[in-house]
Amino acid sequence: MRDFSFHRATSLDDLPAGATIIAGGTNLLDLMKHEVMAPGSLVDITRLDLDRVEAEGQGLRIGALVRNSDLAAHPAVRRDYPVLSRALLAGASGQLRNMATTGGNLMQRTRCPYFYDRRMACNKRDPGAGCSAIGGVTRNHAILGASPHCIATYPGDMAVALRALDAEVEIGGPSPRRIPLADFHKLPGDTPHVETALQPGDIITAVILPAPVGGQHRYRKVRDRASYAFALVSVAAVIGMDGSRIGHAALAFGGVAHKPWRDPEVERLLTGQEPSDALFAEAADILLRPAQAHGENQFKIPLLRRTLIATLRDATGMEAKA
Amino acid sequence: MTRHLRVDGPNHDDRLDHMAQGVIGQPLNRLEGPLKVAGRATYAAEARPRNLAYGVLVQAAIPAGKVLEIGDAPGALAVIRDKRMVRFAAQGMARKAPKSGPDGIDYMGQAIALVVADTFEAARHAAQNLSVRYAREDVPVNPEDVTPELPPKKQSKTGDLDKAMQEAAFSVDQVWHTPSQMAAAMEPHAAIAEWDGDRVTIRAGLQMLSSNKEQMADALGIRPDKLRLLAPYVGGGFGSKLGINAESVAAAIAAQKLGRPVQVSMTRQQVFDLAHRRSETRQRIRLACDADGTLTGLGHEALVSNLPDDGFSEPVTQATPFTYQAAHRQVVHAIARIHRSCAGSVRAPGEAVGVTVFECAMDELAEAAGIDPVDLRLRNIPEAEPVTGRPFSSHKLTEALQEGAKLFGWSDRRPAKERLEGEWYIGIGMASAVRVNQLVESRARVTLVQDGSAIVETDMTDIGTGTYTILGQLAAEMLGLPADRVEVKLGDTQFPPAAGSGGSFGAASSGNSVFLACEEIRRQIAKAIGCDEGDLTLQDGMARAGNVSKSLSEVVEGTITGEGHLEPGKTEKSHRQATWGSHWAEVAVNRWTGEVRVRRMMGVFACGRVLNEKTARSQCLGGMTFGIGIALTEAMEHDRRDGHAVSRDLAEYHIPCHADVPPLEVHFLQERDAYVGPLQAKGLGELGICGAGAAVLNAIYNACGVRVRELPATPDKIIAGLDP
Repeated sequence: MRDFSFHRATSLDDLPAGATIIAGGTNLLDLMKHEVMAPGSLVDITRLDLDRVEAEGQGLRIGALVRNSDLAAHPAVRRDYPVLSRALLAGASGQLRNMATTGGNLMQRTRCPYFYDRRMACNKRDPGAGCSAIGGVTRNHAILGASPHCIATYPGDMAVALRALDAEVEIGGPSPRRIPLADFHKLPGDTPHVETALQPGDIITAVILPAPVGGQHRYRKVRDRASYAFALVSVAAVIGMDGSRIGHAALAFGGVAHKPWRDPEVERLLTGQEPSDALFAEAADILLRPAQAHGENQFKIPLLRRTLIATLRDATGMEAKA
Repeated sequence: MTRHLRVDGPNHDDRLDHMAQGVIGQPLNRLEGPLKVAGRATYAAEARPRNLAYGVLVQAAIPAGKVLEIGDAPGALAVIRDKRMVRFAAQGMARKAPKSGPDGIDYMGQAIALVVADTFEAARHAAQNLSVRYAREDVPVNPEDVTPELPPKKQSKTGDLDKAMQEAAFSVDQVWHTPSQMAAAMEPHAAIAEWDGDRVTIRAGLQMLSSNKEQMADALGIRPDKLRLLAPYVGGGFGSKLGINAESVAAAIAAQKLGRPVQVSMTRQQVFDLAHRRSETRQRIRLACDADGTLTGLGHEALVSNLPDDGFSEPVTQATPFTYQAAHRQVVHAIARIHRSCAGSVRAPGEAVGVTVFECAMDELAEAAGIDPVDLRLRNIPEAEPVTGRPFSSHKLTEALQEGAKLFGWSDRRPAKERLEGEWYIGIGMASAVRVNQLVESRARVTLVQDGSAIVETDMTDIGTGTYTILGQLAAEMLGLPADRVEVKLGDTQFPPAAGSGGSFGAASSGNSVFLACEEIRRQIAKAIGCDEGDLTLQDGMARAGNVSKSLSEVVEGTITGEGHLEPGKTEKSHRQATWGSHWAEVAVNRWTGEVRVRRMMGVFACGRVLNEKTARSQCLGGMTFGIGIALTEAMEHDRRDGHAVSRDLAEYHIPCHADVPPLEVHFLQERDAYVGPLQAKGLGELGICGAGAAVLNAIYNACGVRVRELPATPDKIIAGLDP
């Protein structure tokens, strides 16, 4: 760990320019110990008044400092946005969820082992250095939206649910604005070190959920052990039935890309249709059309397909009838 | 006085069954448990001598070659490079230091220097940013890239297996792969060294102090009597602390050079690079049987790897020669010399992966022959060790299988893929458990004090296994004292040298030495009251013989000390010694995602006398959990370009977490093994692992009809065999 200065902010106006924000620190501290990140100054925002969940219009405003465990247990979230509770509880461990915050979780960095290992070349860590992951151990790498410069995945669960819920990220600082979650995380392209739409001086102050849409909420995470493992693939699904047909469908996917993945064409296909295995197979075909494996992660293509189908069967009631 | 015993023949005395105190075997809580949960048990890195400096190992960033130049470390006290620094850990029970000289590099991640600073953080920062210039050599890092060695002594052949295979009514010929595995003990390797003149004291996480002392003295170039090792508490070893490693040697060298105490702790990532890994294995199993399931041939061919300069090779086929009968047999043991990190003993070396794979093959043969898997095993249990004809010291496999089948409800088993509950296929599987048994020379000193208390002293370690407790129970039983009147002192080379913790031999070996020491004390008490030792009854601090009854305070003047010295003897060769058991598992396999959940698991074990039912059970629970890990989750991935370990922390190297482990049931079979010393107890620590994974894998097949031969059985490998 390199020496750094530390400031505890007392208000949103008290953020030193250029300082790296720390909240729960569950990811940043690890990265600093490895010197994968070496900020010269840290600003601790945990004393700011950003830890409330409150109604906003018909939706919900989740303060950036709301802890993962508190958010998962919040009655309004459990009632109206259960996919979010489920995603949160599928992530990390109880101890980590007690520390991790809503804003910080959005900033979680990839678990690509080559990113963590400073002996290895990584374009994300050292732009232009090359990518050691390509041609290495790629079991947990991206099958969608990767680039020749980076095949890392965004590892989180919460953001996958937020993507299915059409959440927005509220930004404070010199240029306050809202960024749809869809635009918040970036694909790697030739700048894999640029992971989000945040600009210097920005601070995440809240996540905004639109009015609840009802329906069946599922978060299905497939991993190498039953708990405390990152997703091989995950599916966040919000599906509403209209009689015997699918009335609305929102589907987001984790563990497969540099950002929570969503494909409107899949949802368009499903909407208005009677659930059937043929329909779900077609949805998987569309989803996976652009998929590209990088060696060992080939299995993610059939695994995502199967997981999508199982989730759809479950959320549309087909599985229960079977 | 020392009472010495070489185990040259049987002991049918059942002496511990005839003692009066009644504490041996009882499920007593661990003596040191309260200290550990309160954080007051001082582990290696937790001592705080004055003026302590902190060292962090610098690791090679190339797989092989030489260090040409190392830069400065601003902010550090010293960058230490010394030809005595070791390149990898010593193997268990080695008498000499492992290969040294940090200028040469044998694998990526090897220690090449130590940076010392006033704080751990400063030392780590300097170590991480040290500039190193290398001359890199191209070396093989994958086992299949080299022509393996075939050491003649490790190959064996009886009859004509090829012919047996051709003539078999049913046969199996398949290849399995298991990945590198890591012990992943909770306590990372650490040491604190402090010199006083020409004497050095090293506190370290070590399993076998008496051989560690010899290794360390050799490494440092000092006489063993100038060296004291302390390891009163060890936060798990599982083989990874059998021998000295880079951190303890570097700490001693740095402390000597700087003239102040130095601590060196490995980070979790360094443990994955520097501790011994279990070699990956490639195993071909051939099985041939006749129409009624009698094995006619069996073959076990193993390919393992290690560094060119290390003598260890994963003894994959260790139990194969004596587990099942068959006239035609072949064992092949091949070693690929490659430059991955050093391979060594990890949790039941050999059987953990060898029995697991062999028992999967047996399940495949049962399926092929249409015979119940339990029956197939029962039909092929030999009367004596095949080929040599040596008798077994005791043998409980038949009983373990029959008892297990009954307790588990095996008769409810249905053909593969018949049970579907919602999205989940349900199946059950089983496997035999077997592990070689051995005793190792061990000494202990016991002192009985006039006030009716006793002290046990030996350099034996307690690596979380319950040694403190069982040695205290043994002394209490033999001397007729309540268990809480016995103090047990371990983990200090100033005490008599013990076997150490490894190879499951710790409890029986050190236990026998305590038993012998107590017999010596009993002899002196008997002499004092004028009776034969055999007629003496000791209970609750009273000595009785005939119509004499005295309190120990009347008999003992000051203290009575006895030493015990156990050596293995002729029974080691005259009898095949092993522990036996059976594993049973029920799993659910998701028909869509291939996720596997173990729903229940049971083990039936025979290990001779059980010294403490609670600590023994805990050993088995741990072993069975490791079995789940081997079957389902654990894989240390190597980069095929440079061999380095890619999964280097506990988020990426998946040991089973709580949610992976269902309620585990453990049953012990009553047994007294006469050929393993007067305790009649055998090793138990590793038996719970051996075959446990096979029960899970066989249950997966019974559930969903998929055979996974490339471990672990992660979802990707299951879905490859499932219906679309």
